[in-house]
Amino acid sequence: MSNRTDSVDLLESTEAIETVADETLDRRERWALTIERGVLAPARIVWADLRARVGLVIISLFVAMGVIGTRIVDEPRTNQGERLEPAFQSLAHPLGTDAVGRDVLGQIVHATPNMLLMILSGGVFVTVMATVVGTTSGYLRGSTDRAIMAVTDIVMTIPGLPLVVILAAVLTPTNPIVIGVILTINAWAGLARAIRSQVLTIRESPYVEASKAMGMSTRSIVRRDILPNIMPYVLINFVNAARNVIFASVGLYFIGVLPYDDVVNWGVMIDLAYQGGGLQSMAAAHWLFAPLITITLLSFGLIMFSQGTDRMFNPRVRARHSTTTKTDDEDGAPAAPAGDHA
Amino acid sequence: MKRYLVERTGQLVVTIFAVMSLTFFLIRGLPGGPADAIRADLIQNNPEMSTDQINRRVEAQLNIMPDEPLHEQYVSYVAALFRGDMGQSISQGAPVTEIIASAAPWTIFMIGTAVMIAFVIGISSGAIMAYREGTKFDTNSTVLAILMNSIPDYIYGLIFLWGLSYQLGVFPTGGRFSSTTEPTVSPLAPVETLTFFGDALYHAALPITSIVLVAWGGWALGMRGNSIQVLGEDYLRVARLRGLSQRRIALRYVGRNAILPMYTSMLITIGFLLGGSIIIEQVFAYPGMGYYMIEALQRRDYPLMMGVFLIITITVAIGVYIADLTYGLIDPRASVGDSQ
Repeated sequence: MSNRTDSVDLLESTEAIETVADETLDRRERWALTIERGVLAPARIVWADLRARVGLVIISLFVAMGVIGTRIVDEPRTNQGERLEPAFQSLAHPLGTDAVGRDVLGQIVHATPNMLLMILSGGVFVTVMATVVGTTSGYLRGSTDRAIMAVTDIVMTIPGLPLVVILAAVLTPTNPIVIGVILTINAWAGLARAIRSQVLTIRESPYVEASKAMGMSTRSIVRRDILPNIMPYVLINFVNAARNVIFASVGLYFIGVLPYDDVVNWGVMIDLAYQGGGLQSMAAAHWLFAPLITITLLSFGLIMFSQGTDRMFNPRVRARHSTTTKTDDEDGAPAAPAGDHA
Repeated sequence: MKRYLVERTGQLVVTIFAVMSLTFFLIRGLPGGPADAIRADLIQNNPEMSTDQINRRVEAQLNIMPDEPLHEQYVSYVAALFRGDMGQSISQGAPVTEIIASAAPWTIFMIGTAVMIAFVIGISSGAIMAYREGTKFDTNSTVLAILMNSIPDYIYGLIFLWGLSYQLGVFPTGGRFSSTTEPTVSPLAPVETLTFFGDALYHAALPITSIVLVAWGGWALGMRGNSIQVLGEDYLRVARLRGLSQRRIALRYVGRNAILPMYTSMLITIGFLLGGSIIIEQVFAYPGMGYYMIEALQRRDYPLMMGVFLIITITVAIGVYIADLTYGLIDPRASVGDSQ
């Protein structure tokens, strides 16, 4: 790296870009600008989309249920009320009770924190693993790439659910964070492959060439030029991974693969209702349908959110909202035509 | 091409070995795992047995000789698998291979029918959506496809089971065929064979419908995207200018070019649905491969459980292998040389 200069070192330092671009701004103004550009403007774009708004409201509802709801609603225990009290009959048990008199709403609410932890750990595992593997493989190319992709292809071929079943059977996990990782144990492979092919395209682009010519280190190029480009794609896949964690965990709790000794999951509720006559008698139907509707609602919220945020990352859509990110000193550009609503 | 064939075959072999090693490690390698558990069970239940006898029992059940060094155990385990010997099922009292051989046709029948129906519905609706791109029909169908695709099949299954089987009694609540029907597949008895097939289809109808309701949306959206892309191509304009009939354009130009790229994903989907059948078979108590896998799991019958896992995984690996190799043959546009 003989062609490195002081200016390159300056560029690689954390505040370099801001220092060069916004020399006239003091620290506070710079922070305000960062928040405006990085948080508020995207939030406004997302909020402008009806689907994202619906999705965000539903997701917030579930987060509130997991964080605050558990303190408001009593923890379910046997003989809280009559056995198999129907739904919408009393304020004490709005969703009725199950065959041993446990409040159904309480069970739904108290299963939420575990579910959120599972979603979070599964989603983080998939996205971090896929991003690291995909970026490394795509950027380094050559024999490293071939070796990593050979392993990825093998992992990708193994069907997820049977693999998860045998792992759960042998390891009998109970910690929601561990369960989240096991459920997504091979879900990262497909995403890693997709990220790799995006990185392969990006690394040939002129601005990466420019950074290389300036003698920037590989780490900086990956962090500054490549990661921001694939982040939107990764975030959408986080939501998809979350949905898969929900489906798999509920399904596996339902068929009794994951061990439980308490109502820790909506799948456990379905299992107990299925075995306790929730299918045969109308009297127990509310017990079966409460978790089914809960899962469908959360899945609906996540898919609406990921569909809606899609446009936040679409540069053409962002351009129409560009006025929101403008500050006083850079006006003058005419507002983009607002005719083509998607 | 030749190099690709060699590499791809190598990958298949490595995959199969990796899966076998995984099951071996899970059974044998984990302290307190299945091998130790079975051994402890035997010692506790049969105090009079000698260590030799116990070891022989463990070997018969798991294909593993606990006394031998680990690498020898591994070699004999893999060798047995290649001979088609997957050990003895503890819960069913029969060789694992036999149980899987009797269960697999049912799973393949159910999944195969479901994939075919979902494919036909998805492809046709996707094509219509693409032709009417931007209309109300297109928007509504797209939303419907996304929503139906976002609910897991076991939820549809449970709702059907509750409504149609238990509350209305229109469909059976489980099983592969009624006890009154004799399983007959013979060209000499066409009436009985047909009755049997009809009965089997009647029993599989709800699981098949549940899978179709989820899967058609994915195909429809894929087909819609591909068709819209093809519809914008220049050669299609030329075809219209030449005055070719709509029918010819739709089938030969759009249909062919839009469906071919879905060939690989179709074979992969069949494979993954085989794995996904575990939960739906449990909902409908449908004794296919997935049903036996969970049955084995609940009774700690590791040989059967690992056997089902191995069969599903190896089937999927071979299916994807065939798909990758034959795709170049059916779609000349795919250049196999640079597989990105």
